Amino acid sequence: MELIYGHPKSLKPIQTKYCPGCGHGVIHRLITEVIDELGMQQKSVILNPVGCSIWASIYFDFDSVQVPHGRTPAGATGVKRMLPDHLVICYQGDGDLAAIGTAEAVHAANRGEKFTTIFVNNAIYGMTGGQMAPTTLVGQKATTAPYGRDPVEAGMGYPIRVLEMFATLEGTRYLARGAVNNAANTRKTKQYIKKAFEAQLRGEGSTMVEILSQCPTNWAMDPVESVEWVESDMIPFYKLGEIKDELQGSAVKEAAK
Amino acid sequence: MTEKTFMAGFGGQGIISLGQLWVYCGMKEGLEVTFFPFYGAEKRGGIARASVIVSTEEIASPLVTAPDSAVVMNMDSLPLCEAILKEGGTLLVNSSLVKVDTKRTDARVIKVPCNEIAERLGDVKFANMVMMGALSKATGAVKLDKLEAVLKTFFSESKHKFIPMNMRAIEEGAKAVS
Amino acid sequence: MADEKRLMKGNEAMGEAAVRAGCDAYFGYPITPQNELTAYMAKHMLDHKRVFIQAESEVSAINMVYGAAATGARSMTSSSSPGISLKQEGISYACGADVPIVVINVARSGPGLGGISPAQGDYFQSTRGGGHGDYFHIVLAPKSVQEAADLTFEAFDLADEWRMPAMVLADGMIGQMMEGVVLPQPKDPATRVAKPWASGNRPAGRPVNHVDSTHLVPEEFEQANIARYKRYDEMKKTLVRYEEQHVEDADLILAAYGTSARVCLGAMQMARKLGLKVGLFRPITLWPFPEKRLGELAGKRFLTVEMSMGQMVEDVRLHTRGKSEVSFYGRCGGMIPTEEDVLAEIRRILKK
Ligand SMILES: Cc1ncc(C[n+]2csc(CCOP(=O)(O)OP(=O)(O)O)c2C)c(N)n1
Ligand code: SF4
Ligand SMILES: [Mg+2]
Repeated sequence: MELIYGHPKSLKPIQTKYCPGCGHGVIHRLITEVIDELGMQQKSVILNPVGCSIWASIYFDFDSVQVPHGRTPAGATGVKRMLPDHLVICYQGDGDLAAIGTAEAVHAANRGEKFTTIFVNNAIYGMTGGQMAPTTLVGQKATTAPYGRDPVEAGMGYPIRVLEMFATLEGTRYLARGAVNNAANTRKTKQYIKKAFEAQLRGEGSTMVEILSQCPTNWAMDPVESVEWVESDMIPFYKLGEIKDELQGSAVKEAAK
Repeated sequence: MTEKTFMAGFGGQGIISLGQLWVYCGMKEGLEVTFFPFYGAEKRGGIARASVIVSTEEIASPLVTAPDSAVVMNMDSLPLCEAILKEGGTLLVNSSLVKVDTKRTDARVIKVPCNEIAERLGDVKFANMVMMGALSKATGAVKLDKLEAVLKTFFSESKHKFIPMNMRAIEEGAKAVS
Repeated sequence: MADEKRLMKGNEAMGEAAVRAGCDAYFGYPITPQNELTAYMAKHMLDHKRVFIQAESEVSAINMVYGAAATGARSMTSSSSPGISLKQEGISYACGADVPIVVINVARSGPGLGGISPAQGDYFQSTRGGGHGDYFHIVLAPKSVQEAADLTFEAFDLADEWRMPAMVLADGMIGQMMEGVVLPQPKDPATRVAKPWASGNRPAGRPVNHVDSTHLVPEEFEQANIARYKRYDEMKKTLVRYEEQHVEDADLILAAYGTSARVCLGAMQMARKLGLKVGLFRPITLWPFPEKRLGELAGKRFLTVEMSMGQMVEDVRLHTRGKSEVSFYGRCGGMIPTEEDVLAEIRRILKK
């Protein structure tokens, strides 16, 4: 990727186990670049979720705490409350955040827990082999939705727009949705992450960056098709941009304009 | 010495504070004590009951199943207390509300018109304290000589003005035991 | 200087003991009969400027405990039986990641929603590793408000020392009753066990710390489990605690823990007055269980008394290795055995 130069200090120089074209690796890189820019390597803790990114801990060169599937925000609450001056990252997949861990995610956000959630939405259960996720699009195929997600006849429900739902919670301060399917979106996503991390370090309340991410393996596509599918199918449904920005820091900047 | 007491009445009669004050005073007098209230669903039905033990020895089961003394604060509690009272035990009855006589001929029965005495003193809510005075006199298990100090820690500052009234209720209760 | 004796509810005494042990963070969810404990922690943790959160569920609460403990903090939760079932996931993870936490179970009757009255039906769940996988954790069973406070205080040290969850298994009776208690002196933070494995505050040069229970390489995972079981063996040698009375000359030994042991104490005293040679054996650590001592007592007759359909009795049978006749008397569903009931059972067994 052209915007990436050198190797982030906070990311270990080892080959990841992710499939070719997977979004997780790019997202790890963005996170570690921001951590380095903020000089937070010694004071960051990541909560790596049960999901493909369970491996995150071995790639990151900073401390980690691994929790049960979906309990990531609860674990992050415990960590951040004890280490308020640390950068605490709650890394979650769509199954982790929007299915098994919905309660934990909603309530941590509602309490205004001052960590940042990196919500990796690949519209599928990656690790377990391509089952339907809460964010799977209508008509999208999964091993547990062999004829495509059918909300009505088969009663499979509708894809959840997590950020729009969380925007109603008063504890949330910053909610932004990015993607890593091309250089421009990736650059923008990094800005969102940085804004969220800075807000966290100012102690501003709940922050979350949702990132639309490719899972070519379970989408049964090659990497090129998968980035195109993000553009053609995901982004029209999951609108990119800052869904909610009530950061004090932002308000100050606005006023200065 | 071990005195196991079963206390029963309805919610609002001060059974819980009666039991707590009894063991609090007992503890201040150097005794081992336990107080086990019946908690939960039952309480909502308006029943208040407590197992209360004071002893010079280590206390075994906190559950009072064969009491040396039973405090019967209302009519509904009489059958249960009669049924479990130890052979020759002491039955203290709030005769203001319990108008029938017990069938237990072996028991030492002490009738105390708690509500009437308390009303005479100024408020029916001291009925439990009247009963505690009687319980102390009848059993001698807890002397209540540290009660005044105990009440000062038991009640919040705003209620300290009622302490003299409580002390009088205790005295009157003791007097009712012949 | 020791504190004055105070009259306290078991739930509150455990709360105060935890505060004095230096509990840094408490996470809970309401459930009877332990609500006074959560309320006590809400007030006192906030007063001490420590962390208190009423979580959205027990599942969440235990994972908050785990997260806080992963940073090296002393953290705890409390609940009652149905809530403890929900916490089993987190407890298994804490065992797998060797994270010290404190869990209090003020047990009530089950299975299912059951009732809110005292029971001992959670013995298996507590002592067998109630979640998934190969593990055990410390289980301490208090018989009184005093012991509930003492064991809660100690649970923090034991958990830290052995790097695992320590559970205090009380019941509704211990939680709800009031007794006199002399509270332990506050723990000096300087005497806490160091936790170089904890996440956060990484000094330059220290390798990365991962608090993690993931092991996807079977060969490695097997070794990690074997190492953990070596620690368990060590604990069986040093941590076991029990109380016994008159076991030497006893024709019948009552075996019971917690509230049941109080009932048995009364029954034993009544039996002795009748000239019956009855003793009492009370495990204080339910895990590690006093297996060795029971082995020494094998050959004697036992009567195990529990507020369950019979759970600890299996351990008594196991560790007397078929050499003892082991009878069982239990009440369940929230019923508490009486001293008279147990005495009748003693007389039946001894035919006297
Ligand atoms: C309690 C529990 N249930 C189920 C699983 C199995 N499981 C592991 S990962 C996963 C889904 C992960 O999907 P997602 O959160 O979307 O992450 P991704 O792999 O797509 O990044 C499931 C169901 C588990 N580990 N624990
Ligand atoms: S399965 Fe999907 S999410 Fe998992 S590593 Fe492969 S591409 Fe990434
Ligand atoms: Mg996914």
